Amino acid sequence: MSVAAAAPPRLKLRGITKRFPGTLANDAVDLVVRPGEIHALLGENGAGKSTLVKIVYGLLAADAGEIRWDGKPVSIQSPNAARALGIAMVFQHFSLFDALTVAENVALGLPGSRSVEALAPVIREVGDAYGLALDPERPVHTLSVGERQRIEVVRALLQEPRLLVMDEPTSVLTPQEVERLFETLRRLRDAGVSILYISHKLDEIRELCDRATILRRGRVVATADPRAETAATLGALMVGGTIGGAAHHAGPASAAVRLEARALTLPAMSPTGTGLTGVSFAVRAGEILGIAGVAGNGQGELLAALGGEVATQPADALLLDGVPIGALDVRRRRALGLAYVPEERVGHGSVGELPLTDNVLLSGLRARVMGALGMLDRGATRRYAAEVVARFQVATTGIQAIARSLSGGNLQKFLIGRELMQGPKVLVCGQPTWGVDAGAAAAVHQALFDLANQGAALVIVSQDLDELFLLADRIAVLNRGRLSAPRPAGELDAEAVGLLMGGVHGETHDVAA
Amino acid sequence: MMDAAILASVLATVIAAATPLLFAALGELVTEKSGVLNLGVEGMMLVGAVTAFAIAVVTGNLHVGVLGGALAGALMALLFGVLTLTLMANQVACGLALTIFGIGLSALLGDSFVGIPLDGLPELDIAGLTDIPMLGTVLFSHDLLVYLGIAMVPLTALFLTRTRWGLVLRAVGENHEAAHGLGYSVIPIRYAAVAFGGAMAGIGGAYLSVAYTPMWVEEMTAGRGWIALALVVFAAWRPWRLLLGAYLFGGVSILQLYAQGGALFDVPSQVLAMLPYLATIVVLTVLSSRGVRALLAAPACLGKPFHAA
Repeated sequence: MSVAAAAPPRLKLRGITKRFPGTLANDAVDLVVRPGEIHALLGENGAGKSTLVKIVYGLLAADAGEIRWDGKPVSIQSPNAARALGIAMVFQHFSLFDALTVAENVALGLPGSRSVEALAPVIREVGDAYGLALDPERPVHTLSVGERQRIEVVRALLQEPRLLVMDEPTSVLTPQEVERLFETLRRLRDAGVSILYISHKLDEIRELCDRATILRRGRVVATADPRAETAATLGALMVGGTIGGAAHHAGPASAAVRLEARALTLPAMSPTGTGLTGVSFAVRAGEILGIAGVAGNGQGELLAALGGEVATQPADALLLDGVPIGALDVRRRRALGLAYVPEERVGHGSVGELPLTDNVLLSGLRARVMGALGMLDRGATRRYAAEVVARFQVATTGIQAIARSLSGGNLQKFLIGRELMQGPKVLVCGQPTWGVDAGAAAAVHQALFDLANQGAALVIVSQDLDELFLLADRIAVLNRGRLSAPRPAGELDAEAVGLLMGGVHGETHDVAA
Repeated sequence: MMDAAILASVLATVIAAATPLLFAALGELVTEKSGVLNLGVEGMMLVGAVTAFAIAVVTGNLHVGVLGGALAGALMALLFGVLTLTLMANQVACGLALTIFGIGLSALLGDSFVGIPLDGLPELDIAGLTDIPMLGTVLFSHDLLVYLGIAMVPLTALFLTRTRWGLVLRAVGENHEAAHGLGYSVIPIRYAAVAFGGAMAGIGGAYLSVAYTPMWVEEMTAGRGWIALALVVFAAWRPWRLLLGAYLFGGVSILQLYAQGGALFDVPSQVLAMLPYLATIVVLTVLSSRGVRALLAAPACLGKPFHAA
């Protein structure tokens, strides 16, 4: 450690500033990453973490500031320049090509002229050395999310990087996959590689990282030893105050079943999707059912089937208060009291280019704003939008702002608020706090609790296990289109759910050919 | 024996009829693999045809004419590239406009060349092979462009699947954001693919005006550019399947000619003339009804504009 401290820092940023129209994404950011350390870059969504690493990787140019590499000032103009220095990056949203094979994907990330054929044994070798098993010949669209991330990691490792940047790498992994990733990262650190690890998950950072730089609204607010801190102190530094925990709701009485699925079966909706096979569950009034699982195991299909984006056969495979709704479209289901917050906030949940006043129309047309003679009541639309913005504290420039201009968390508060204010009997919600910062997440959770307390039945599909344990009364796991029997959340722990999520399969494919 | 000779010459004409389709469709295949949908194939073929004919007449050199046709097609494609890649205009609208522009421009350029005779591209006499009964007529009685067209199939397939440039081109068409993130220059790569597509369409047009029917007539491509577009989908973006499809459509258009001439069926000739286009519609309908599988074959970024953030 003393040797490492004596050597110049591998990466040193000084006064990095980057301005986007309307926001200062990075404001004079200083950051030092030493050789052979795992350095956490911690912050809420929108704190400027991704902007900063894009500057380091040459994808964005800083407006001001200096980058030093091994003590020498450098200018990183492009990803190629970054790679030439020895910087490799694993992206948050995988930069993979679904139709191409593993080997082709790896080849694309490497400079030079190594042929795809020559790479296959190399991929196996690195895979064996770091426990990252991959079949080079398989097309990416046939792989699980965890395996896809392995491609990114292998691709980065083959560049023999001296600094590995990982942007929120665990958000889509099962707990077991996270553990394997951490083992790999620790071995890399021991081999002298520096790792810049971006996350907003406090427990992970305390487990993995040697030092942490904390960003808030584009500025560095602290540099800390995460192991000397508690999750609460780190969290307070990150959000600039304590996060109010949502109050847990009363839990289900022996209330009536509001939403029931009986052996729901549906073919896959896309080449990369998974069909549903015999999905059954029942949710009672006042109850929250959490559905866990790694993305691509049928979540999209389940949400579409429950929300009404696709009809299901037979019609009584889905019952709302005992009424068959499988054959009904979204509009008719809404009329019966089923509200739906899709996973994709822009495109399914809202029209990105339309103002909030028009977006409340999409689901609230019948319930709220239909005027005389079937004409729109524009005044009612504006009042509705303004009410949602006020009650759910949506940060926006106004109700005429287009949906796409809202940050992920604020748009989600708006979409959930839009549904909640129609007083639904059942709410189906996909990824309620995906990409939402901690403060907004607490507000979303509170709103969901309130709805359940008022007697609605909730189905929450999420990949965030912590969130499901916080919210749900019972948890079921979706794996390869099959749903496990829902069990009370109190009887489960993360490991048990993790095993259901991917334990038996989704692990390794037979790599030896 | 007589019947066999007729069959051999029919098959030979099918191969010839397929050649312009093959060129144009291979070019469009590469363009689409890079993620660009250029619907202006018909227009590029026409401009290629008239340029090749004009240069051939003026210089007396057919090969220079064909090269000129390729260049003209590429220039048309670059015009499309400027509109859609640099100025980010809508690809479908620009492609349609390019075809309409090509029809007008070729008519203007070709005005003084209508009715001029030209000795077409000669058949290559390959020592010994051409004299083989049957096979010689079917396979070895063609001009240089026919062989070049066939040779382009394995070359294109090899380029796309076996070379690094081909891999990068497919990657750009599959996920341009990711390709950009890895440091590839999406727009220049697409320009190159679009220009190649234009050159190939130009050669396809040139084949019509200097070899297949050596003359210039307005709109002489007669919808072959559209058939080429359908062929790319039919072939699921695979060069070898495209060869098969080109022969299939070439066969249908020849069948239609023989049916009209020989009065095989008691139907109006116009109905028979519709055959290749009907086949196109049927093929596209059947293919798109396969749904999910067909989706995987198409480049994921086909027709989507890219602008680096």
